[in-house]
This record gives sequence, structure tokens and C-alpha cells, in this order.
Amino acid sequence: MSKCTGTRGRVWFKALTGQEKPMPGDPPSVLVADAAIGEENARFLCVVPDPDSRFPCARHGEVGLEQAYTLGARIREVVNDEPRRTSGSSSLPRPIIAIVDVKSQAYGRREEIGGIHLAAAAAADAYATARFSGHPVITLIVGQAISGGFLTHGYQANRLLAFADDNVLIHAMHKEPAARITRRTVAQLESLAKTVTPLSYDVRDYAKLGLLHKLLSISNPENPSADDVSLVHNAIAEAIADTRKGPTDLRNRFESDAAKTARKASRLIRARLEEEWNQ
Amino acid sequence: MSSLADVANLSDIAKGGVGAKSASISTREYLQRRSFIELNARERAKALFDSETARELAGPFDRIESPWLAIQGVTPQADDGCIVMRGTIGGNQAVVIAFNGAFQGGGIGEVSGAKLTAALDLACRDSENGKNTSAVLLLETGGVRLQEANLGLAAVAEIISSIIALRAHAPVISVIAGPVGCFGGMSLAAGVSSYIVMTREGRLGLNGPEVIEEESGVEEFDATDRTLIWSIYGGQQRYNQGLIDVLVDDDADQTIKTVNELIAKGVPPINRSEQVDVYRSRIAALDPSTQWEPESVRSFTSHHK
Repeated sequence: MSKCTGTRGRVWFKALTGQEKPMPGDPPSVLVADAAIGEENARFLCVVPDPDSRFPCARHGEVGLEQAYTLGARIREVVNDEPRRTSGSSSLPRPIIAIVDVKSQAYGRREEIGGIHLAAAAAADAYATARFSGHPVITLIVGQAISGGFLTHGYQANRLLAFADDNVLIHAMHKEPAARITRRTVAQLESLAKTVTPLSYDVRDYAKLGLLHKLLSISNPENPSADDVSLVHNAIAEAIADTRKGPTDLRNRFESDAAKTARKASRLIRARLEEEWNQ
Repeated sequence: MSSLADVANLSDIAKGGVGAKSASISTREYLQRRSFIELNARERAKALFDSETARELAGPFDRIESPWLAIQGVTPQADDGCIVMRGTIGGNQAVVIAFNGAFQGGGIGEVSGAKLTAALDLACRDSENGKNTSAVLLLETGGVRLQEANLGLAAVAEIISSIIALRAHAPVISVIAGPVGCFGGMSLAAGVSSYIVMTREGRLGLNGPEVIEEESGVEEFDATDRTLIWSIYGGQQRYNQGLIDVLVDDDADQTIKTVNELIAKGVPPINRSEQVDVYRSRIAALDPSTQWEPESVRSFTSHHK
């Protein structure tokens, strides 16, 4: 695993927006910028490491109190601004793009005292509210997307895009603690993950669960070429267009072709509840 | 910067700690009341409904179990630890979803997660069609069930989304009675609810003490320090901080009455998790340069009622 968690987030934020500074008043760990995607002006958000963060448990790319509330505020700014949009060329709600490379939520005493669950809920709420209000919300996973960090930043998107390489990690928990808590060795966990798809740490297996819109093959994810950037731009634009054709909820994650196989039990329980609801 | 020591008096909070009786009732009343915590998930759900109106959906006889546990040598349960009941509460249409903390720590798996999401979505569909249907979540959960890892995490994201969709029409009430509490991703589900109800025995937080000790060290969090744990996560502290709406005793009648009142009250004018600027400015005013000790935990949200 790359020790430089979070460096990809910054690289891709800069590649896609041409900017690399936080907005005034925001902590250095949250990068937000407005930039073009196709003909449109989208809002991009990314959480990056800040070795000098005033919260010691949120210095390595974790999503903590400040990061979560900053995301929430910057997303709500876009949603609340919409009614004042000029009725000009584009009257569609602006896209919101989450660039995700987060190692986890922040694990600290101060965070729990400060109610990090509410901070995380407020960010997820803002993303979901934007989505329900018709803003296409697209998540681009360029590195890690772990646990509460991902729930806070990115998992509420209409469409999820991820790079197909070994340094991309989408999971409920890192391998070592997950093995310990389920009383296994890492080797046992890895062996099980070959047959139990939701346990796998390979993004190509994650793609089989039916949650992901697309896997993107990037030649150099650490230092992208112009072609890499153009490919990602086009994939985001395509995901925005695809989003606008469908509903604003997350039903696509149950209805995708891959979900029909991997999430059979989810679909079965949904169907059964619907049958019995009005009996 | 605010001083950390100037507000909360944690010694008062500690007096109301685990199992302590409320000062508001007599010993006789305390002994006579019916515990809510001692009820199992199915009994808890049923107790909330108007009599004879509760009907369980996709129950244990449907036998829709987790498909992922047996292959890992874990015995599945016929209801996957999640009970869904429909009926009326105070004459209003309602669905109750109760987690069984005794099965896999109430962990969210593929089936239990999809069950909750589906119940919320059906309540939302009825509400959109003019038949407002409230939801009550009885949360006893450590969060994602790690044997179902990525499908559990995905389910939590979907649960959050479906709560947000429903709460625009009808209240979604999270009740955290204990003893497991509400942790991990499901703390976000509680966070986006219209209302949160807790007992003093309930606990609410994103990361539990053991996880913090493991990830950040024992000096960050000593998971054996019960005073510290309850001073942070306990229902009394969460109530003092304004992070929940109602603190109840471990009393079934009081819990039922509270849920009835909140359903009758309807949707709040603004939900807690929508008030980003309020909470963001409170965090900005705190000084995290030194560790926060239990006796100096400032009730920084105490002005929010």
C-alpha cells in the first residue's frame, strides 16, 4: 500500500481544476474549486493530508470534524445558490464532483467529544440533498475510499468512478484491523476474499458488486498525462449525462447488471417487503 | 477560543451514569417500571405500536438469510438480526425497524441493510402518495458487519440516502436504548434522522473506544476507562450537548409515549444535520491543542436546544 495516502487526491484535483489552494476560511485539508467539465461549471471537492492540522488525528488525509463540516458547507453553498442562477444558457443544476483519496475517518477522542458522527452526517446529508435537488453528484475514486471517510465524502454520489489499479482501495476497514476483529490472519482474510466478493480489497472485485458506474484505466495515476486527464474529463462528463437521464435516488446500485448477480439477496428482500407491505 | 473547562460539569453527568435511576421518580416507581432495554428487538418493535396493529414483514419464516455468513463458518439467522413491523402509532401509519444487538453485534449486513432501506423506501412511496408513514429505527449496532464488509458499507450509504428522502415527508426517529449503542456508519444514519431519543444507558458515536485505542493508541483513548466512555458517548452527555432531542429513562411506557409524541409532532422545521454553519462555527471555536479530559469536556453545543 502506498504510504503517501492522499497525494493522488491533490494531484488529480490540480489536474482537473488547475487549482490547488483551499477557499478562503477553509482548512488546508479541504480543496474546493469551480472548474469546467464540458460546457458546464462544476464544483470539485477533495480532502487532502495536512500535517499541521490543529486536530492531531486528522493530519494524514483522514476525514475529521473540520473536513466534514467544510465539505457540507461548500456543497450547500452550491445547492442554496441555484435559485439565483441566471436563466441563461445553462439552467441545469451544477454538477458536484468528489475526488476521493481518504484513508479513513479521524479516530480520536476530540473527534468523538465534538460529535464527529454529526459532522459526517452533515456532509453526507449535503451530498444527498444536492443529488435529490437534481445536481449530478459524481465521485472519482483515485486512491483510498475507506469506511466512514467514504461515507462522509463520496458515497452519496449518483455515479461512482474508480481507477483500476492496485493502489485503489474501497473498503469498510483496512485489512489488518479487519482480520483482527474477525479473528483471522491477514492471509486467511485474503484467501476468503477470493470467494467472498464483498471482502475483497481489489477494486476489480468491488466492480462486480454492481455499485460502480465505471472502472477507468489510467496510464499514470500518480503523474497523469494529458491523455489521462482528458480520459477522466470525458468519463465524468459521460457520468453527468447518464445521471441526468435517471432518478435522483440510489436505485441504480440495486438495478445494475452486476447487482442482479452480486446483490441477489438485497433484491430478494426488497421484493419480499414490497409484496408483504400492503397485504 | 473557548475554554474547555468553563461549562460542562462532568461529575454531575457521571452521577447519572450507567444504571443510575433518574432523580425525577421515586424508588417505588423505579422498581415498578417496565424496562425497555430488557425487551428483545421484536418485543421492542411491537411495544411501540397501537395494540393489535403490528404486523411483521419479511419475518423469520420468510427465511431470507445472509448469503455470506455460512461460507465463513458463521451461523446465519432467519431474520438476519433485523425486524420490520408495520402498523399504526397514535393512529398514524408507521414502520418500525429494530436491530438485534445480540446477533453479530447488530452489524449491518447485506440483508439487514437492504431490509431497512426497503422499509424506508416503501414508507417514502406511501408518503409521496399522500399516506404519510413515519419510521422508527431501534438502533443497537456497531455499524458495518465486517464479514460482509463492502456490501454492509454500501447498505449504510443507501440507508442514509433513504432516511433523507423519507424525512421530508414524515419523521424518522432513531431510538438508541442500549446496551450495544449506535456506532460506526450507523451513527451517521442516526445523525440524519429527524429526531434522536436515547436512554442514559445508550451510547452514540462514530468510532467506539476500542477502535480509537487500536488506531490511535491508549494515550488517545483508554478503552477500559468507563468514566471516560460514558462521559463522551452516553445519552446524558449527548443530550447536554444538544446532539439528541429527548433523553428517556429505561422505561418502556416513557419510550412509547415519547415516540408517539414525536410522530404527532411531525417533521421538524430544520434537521440537525442540515445546520452545517451552526455546528461548523462551534468546532471552529474549540481549542484542540491539548487533549480533552473527561472532567473538562465542554458541552460546546449546549446552547442548541
